Amino acid sequence: MKPSNLTRWIILGIVGVVFAFPIFAMIEFTFRDGLSGGHTLDHWTGLFTEDAARTYRNLFTGIGNSLLLAVVTVGIVLIVLLPTMILVHLQFPRLKRVLEFICIIPITVPAIVLVVGLAPVYSVVVQVAGGSIWTLAFAYGITVLPYAYRAIQANLDAVDMITLSEAGRTLNANWGRILWHVLLPNLKRGVLAASFISVAVVLGEFTIASLLNRVNLQTALLQIGSSDPYVAIIFALLALLFAFVLLLSIGRIGQARRTGSDS
Amino acid sequence: MTLTAPTRTMSAESGSGATVELRGVVKNYGSMQALSSIDLVMEPGEFIALLGPSGCGKTTALRALSGLETIDSGSILIDGVDVASTPTNKRDIGMVFQSYSLFPHMTVIENVEFGLRMRKVPKAERRERATEALEMVGLGAHGARFAHQLSGGQQQRVALARALVTRPRVLLLDEPLSALDAKVRVQLREEIRRITRDLGITTVFVTHDQEEALAVADRVAVMRAGRIEQIGTPRELYATPVNPFVADFVGLTSRIPGEVVDGEVVVFGTHLPLLGEPQADGPVVALIRPEDVALATEDAEGAIPASVFASSFLGSLRRTEFLLPDGSIIAVQHDVNDAPEVGDAAFLRLRKAPVAASPRA
Repeated sequence: MKPSNLTRWIILGIVGVVFAFPIFAMIEFTFRDGLSGGHTLDHWTGLFTEDAARTYRNLFTGIGNSLLLAVVTVGIVLIVLLPTMILVHLQFPRLKRVLEFICIIPITVPAIVLVVGLAPVYSVVVQVAGGSIWTLAFAYGITVLPYAYRAIQANLDAVDMITLSEAGRTLNANWGRILWHVLLPNLKRGVLAASFISVAVVLGEFTIASLLNRVNLQTALLQIGSSDPYVAIIFALLALLFAFVLLLSIGRIGQARRTGSDS
Repeated sequence: MTLTAPTRTMSAESGSGATVELRGVVKNYGSMQALSSIDLVMEPGEFIALLGPSGCGKTTALRALSGLETIDSGSILIDGVDVASTPTNKRDIGMVFQSYSLFPHMTVIENVEFGLRMRKVPKAERRERATEALEMVGLGAHGARFAHQLSGGQQQRVALARALVTRPRVLLLDEPLSALDAKVRVQLREEIRRITRDLGITTVFVTHDQEEALAVADRVAVMRAGRIEQIGTPRELYATPVNPFVADFVGLTSRIPGEVVDGEVVVFGTHLPLLGEPQADGPVVALIRPEDVALATEDAEGAIPASVFASSFLGSLRRTEFLLPDGSIIAVQHDVNDAPEVGDAAFLRLRKAPVAASPRA
């Protein structure tokens, strides 16, 4: 039995309040004027002063690092995970369960445990690839696996990729052209969803970066929070907003596709 | 769905069919042999149906021909050239699949152009040829639509146009009509036959529907357990099946106990010629077609007493099943105006047509 509209709105309202309350509290906090009890725009306008770049240098470095990590992590998903999943789906369907199991494992391992295992690995990574921040994306490539896998697999299951690829082969297309002209356009939704979710996960990641002594958005926010909690909250809000926009975009992509199908 | 009459304008010149040969083709899936040394020769422009029950290997044979399945041994020759190790995209074949296979992100015309695009045909030419192919299947006005905006029958027509637009040497049809409703199926199969005949393309058509196979094919290969049991024209298969399996699979038969005596089958006292290999005297099950049984009067020679078991109205004729004295049931097709009631007594007569028979335990 389907719940009534009223029930749905009540549930939505309660959940909305639970989520919205701390966010509104954060917003309100960013306008507080110290201990005076009044409100001010100074904390927001302070971000656009000439001194801001110097004052918040570490924070901007963290944002830059997180964006770079997000790009490299998405690259890992697209270059390593996506072709592997397509290959398994089309050519080695018996390996599907094994791949699923491997991809789901990271969600069962706490980040702290993951770091314990990654620490010795990174001592080798640093020797081979240097200590640049982007190398952290190897670890993030693992942490985003469960989310990226589900998004791509749902799309693979929704479209008959096997028949489409076979049709492409009978129409003189080689595997490269099938991938580019047939499979990827039909996997757009899953690939975008996997990418956006990966970006959201990377922007919110703290434990691995902190324990491996790297600077990213979250570690920088923690650091600045001890000296200027207002700015820390402002950037936390902006990061939340960015992730929210990404997730909304995923929804819009799905909606656009459904609308197209119904027309 | 409204089906418009197709306008056939597509050139046949370079789409002319090729000779296709399967020689000793073997395909195994683990311990199961899907194809057991298949031999088949198709003449240029010939329309051959591979017919058989599920799991008999007909789709595997088609996929081996297309290159979508590799073979374990044997050779596949197209115009005398062994293509067994040639990738699918270089075999110059066109294929229509059982499931709808149009690319959902492309319009109808883009779908049809796809094969030409992969062959780097200039844009203007490929648009012209794709339009021509769509007109050939009666969908010239649907080029801007997407696959989900078409009916199943229209989608398969587009798939046919897409398969033919590159003017392949061989056209492979893997149960392309099985997802369609009965009326569209009949219309489309006749259209496929007309188009392939006009283009002179060698066509292999896989189906499990014997009526469909008999209606469209020049020759039909009946398959069972990875082997071709018999290949021949529809008439040959129907009239002279080489064994009980073919007789049973092609057309409707009733299994009636009889006896082989001196090379003939004796059923309720009537001597019938035996089809296929001679058999030793002994009990058999004779496979008798409905048209070889007639309603008779009590005093007719060889009249068999029977009672009506069931009767079905089939439109232009009526099929009635009669219970025979030994408990077996025999089907008779007769005039639709004779409408017997269940339980009515009647007399039947067997026509002296050749019958297939298998030994009875």
